[in-house]
Amino acid sequence: MATLVEKGASGAATWVDDRLGSSNFIKRSLNKVFPDHWSFMLGEIALYSFIVLLLSGTYLTLFFEGSSREVIYNGAYTPLKGIPMSAAYESTLRISFEVRGGLFMRQIHHWAALLFMAAIVVHLMRVFFTGAFRKPRELNWLIGVGLLVLGIVEGFAGYSLPDDLLSGTGLRIAYSIALSVPVLGTWVSFLVFGGEYPGGSIIERLYPIHILLVPGIILALITFHMMLIWYQKHTQFAGPGRTENNVVGSKIYPAYAAKAGGFFFLVFAVMAALGGLAQINPIWLYGPYDPSQVSAGSQPDWYVGFLDGSTRLMPNWELRTLGHTFSPNVLIPTQVLPGVLFGLLALYPFIEAKLTGDRAYHNLLDRPRDKPVRTGLGVMSITFYLILLVAGGNDIIASIFHLSINEITYTLRAALFIVPPLAYLATKRLCISLQQADVHLLHHGVESGTIRRLPSGEFVEETVPLPSQYSVLLATTPERKELIAHAHTEDSEPKAVAAKPRGFFRPRGGVVEPPPDHKELERTVD
Amino acid sequence: MTSTRSRISGYAVVVLALALVGGLYTAFAAPKPKADTGTNQSIAVKEGRQLYLQGCSTCHGLSNQGGAGGPSLIGVGASAVVFQVESGRMPLASAAAQAPRKAVKYDRTQIDQLAAYVQSLGGGPTLPSGPLDDGNLALGGDLFRTNCSSCHNFAGAGGALTRAKYAPALKPADARVIWAAMQSGPENMPRFSDNQLTPDEKKAITTYVRFITNQNKDPGGAALGHYGPIPEGLVVFLVGIGVLIIVTLWIGARA
Repeated sequence: MATLVEKGASGAATWVDDRLGSSNFIKRSLNKVFPDHWSFMLGEIALYSFIVLLLSGTYLTLFFEGSSREVIYNGAYTPLKGIPMSAAYESTLRISFEVRGGLFMRQIHHWAALLFMAAIVVHLMRVFFTGAFRKPRELNWLIGVGLLVLGIVEGFAGYSLPDDLLSGTGLRIAYSIALSVPVLGTWVSFLVFGGEYPGGSIIERLYPIHILLVPGIILALITFHMMLIWYQKHTQFAGPGRTENNVVGSKIYPAYAAKAGGFFFLVFAVMAALGGLAQINPIWLYGPYDPSQVSAGSQPDWYVGFLDGSTRLMPNWELRTLGHTFSPNVLIPTQVLPGVLFGLLALYPFIEAKLTGDRAYHNLLDRPRDKPVRTGLGVMSITFYLILLVAGGNDIIASIFHLSINEITYTLRAALFIVPPLAYLATKRLCISLQQADVHLLHHGVESGTIRRLPSGEFVEETVPLPSQYSVLLATTPERKELIAHAHTEDSEPKAVAAKPRGFFRPRGGVVEPPPDHKELERTVD
Repeated sequence: MTSTRSRISGYAVVVLALALVGGLYTAFAAPKPKADTGTNQSIAVKEGRQLYLQGCSTCHGLSNQGGAGGPSLIGVGASAVVFQVESGRMPLASAAAQAPRKAVKYDRTQIDQLAAYVQSLGGGPTLPSGPLDDGNLALGGDLFRTNCSSCHNFAGAGGALTRAKYAPALKPADARVIWAAMQSGPENMPRFSDNQLTPDEKKAITTYVRFITNQNKDPGGAALGHYGPIPEGLVVFLVGIGVLIIVTLWIGARA
């Protein structure tokens, strides 16, 4: 029996191979090596969420009607019976209450969207803090930033489609943001909305953007993102046997494929659990959109929250001159600020290369503590972002903790300028301390807990040298070698040396590694 | 001379006429409420006055004149008493930005007595008799979203106002308290007179509020406090990303 199956399979494979010559490609692909580290799986969460988004989204398109045509509700949810609403909202209610599995699909779709964005951000942090964006991977960094921005756009379009009260409130704000563009604002907003708000055609326009255009671009960019990882090989942390010129890990087939496949199902399980157990966006409670209504606690989804926060923190500056209204109170927090933030994010690899003069190929990752300035900048940016995010929920915080919303806002305004620089200094200092601790371990070994009394009566503590696999790990980066060399020659406490470790702002004194031969990059040590 | 005298007599006639009308009014009109209300009612007013003197007069004044601690209660009506006392807000425990909900200090009879007493002082809105929450649910929802949700949130979960004041969550409020709040407009809440929201509309709103806060089963699962996207974002990081990072650590450890 088995031989029969094998015979059949090999026959089919030979048939395909004779025509496409694909066996070489497959052999090479299956033998490809992917390094093992938990943090390399964060991007996969985003990929798997996207797959779930495509599948659940397809199901939803079967029942959703992307139209602002007015209908009178006569469906299963009694508290809305007889209320006029758009066909988009009515069909979303139908999906929630009448379509089999509809509410679960809606909820898993929404949770997957939130998880997709969260995973992108966590993955971005991993890539940033380990320096994985350095040459030759700047292009993939740019694609990643593009995916982040497109994810926000796609998410916002999806948030707007059900045409419930929350959707409409969000679109109203989007309209105001378009309106705040100097000179062009009125034209831009009319162009986007097809007239004075709400315009009557925004749902019809957002629908193809949400289900076809943006997901198509995202899919293409994800493909390109992964092809580049494939071609350039994945980065790895330094360790025994791991160099700039090889990749140590498990082969795609079977080990990595099994792991990634299993991980997909675990990610899927988390999304399914959330979609089944935690209610998200109960549109029937928000009610149909009506421009005269706004609910307290109207918030965007979390990935737009930082812009809501920046708007809440912005002083209400408005200027009326020459018969025109200029609105820096809207323009600065919703357009200038994200423009600067995403611009800096996209250009960061080039800025860092310029400032350090480091033009070398990097296939080995940095430990965050080894680049105190970069790590400090990263934590500073995260702090800045988090303060904006918290400000976006100032009303909820005030409501839950019985605080004054005014004082929360004043405090966060000050914190936005004071806390991030402090976070930078603290992180940088912490990184230096961690380096010192590493050097101390290398120099003095591990405390054994044994105290020995010398004949003179003095007590000394015995230390055990660090096991070799750890000492190799700790002593790999050039900065570290330098520190260790210093510590040994001066034979003093490493504190004096480590107090001024090399951040990336100072070039490494002519140590430019030759670019490795691409063909030799992938020597498996498995 | 004669003209002066006739002028004085003219004033005298006016003064006399005023005194006569005033005297007649006090003689016939003033006891009228007493004549209208039966003995039960007057007992309730009497009992209510005793309760008032013990529990309320420290701040509102021995003769309802109001003071530094609290406003005069003349003309606020029985509805205000029902709202404030039946939700436990009064008697006030301490001065704060806003009177918080507390355990109720009086039983239903005592509250009715207090309400009767305050009503006897100078009238004001009173609760209608009969059921208060059998109105049109859909109409109530629409009116709730227009008039109430901008402070109390789309699901009645409450929301923040300026300077630590707040629109409270509506779940603990029963139909009487909701109705009394609309009629009396307590604290920062606007008053919705019967001209702004007719009794039928008030009934619809009360019905809807009771529905979303107490009967709604949340078909999607855990409600996350009905606070909207903020708790959803927290859950996706704390539960979603949190669990999945533990999973990556587990898979990574098995490399």
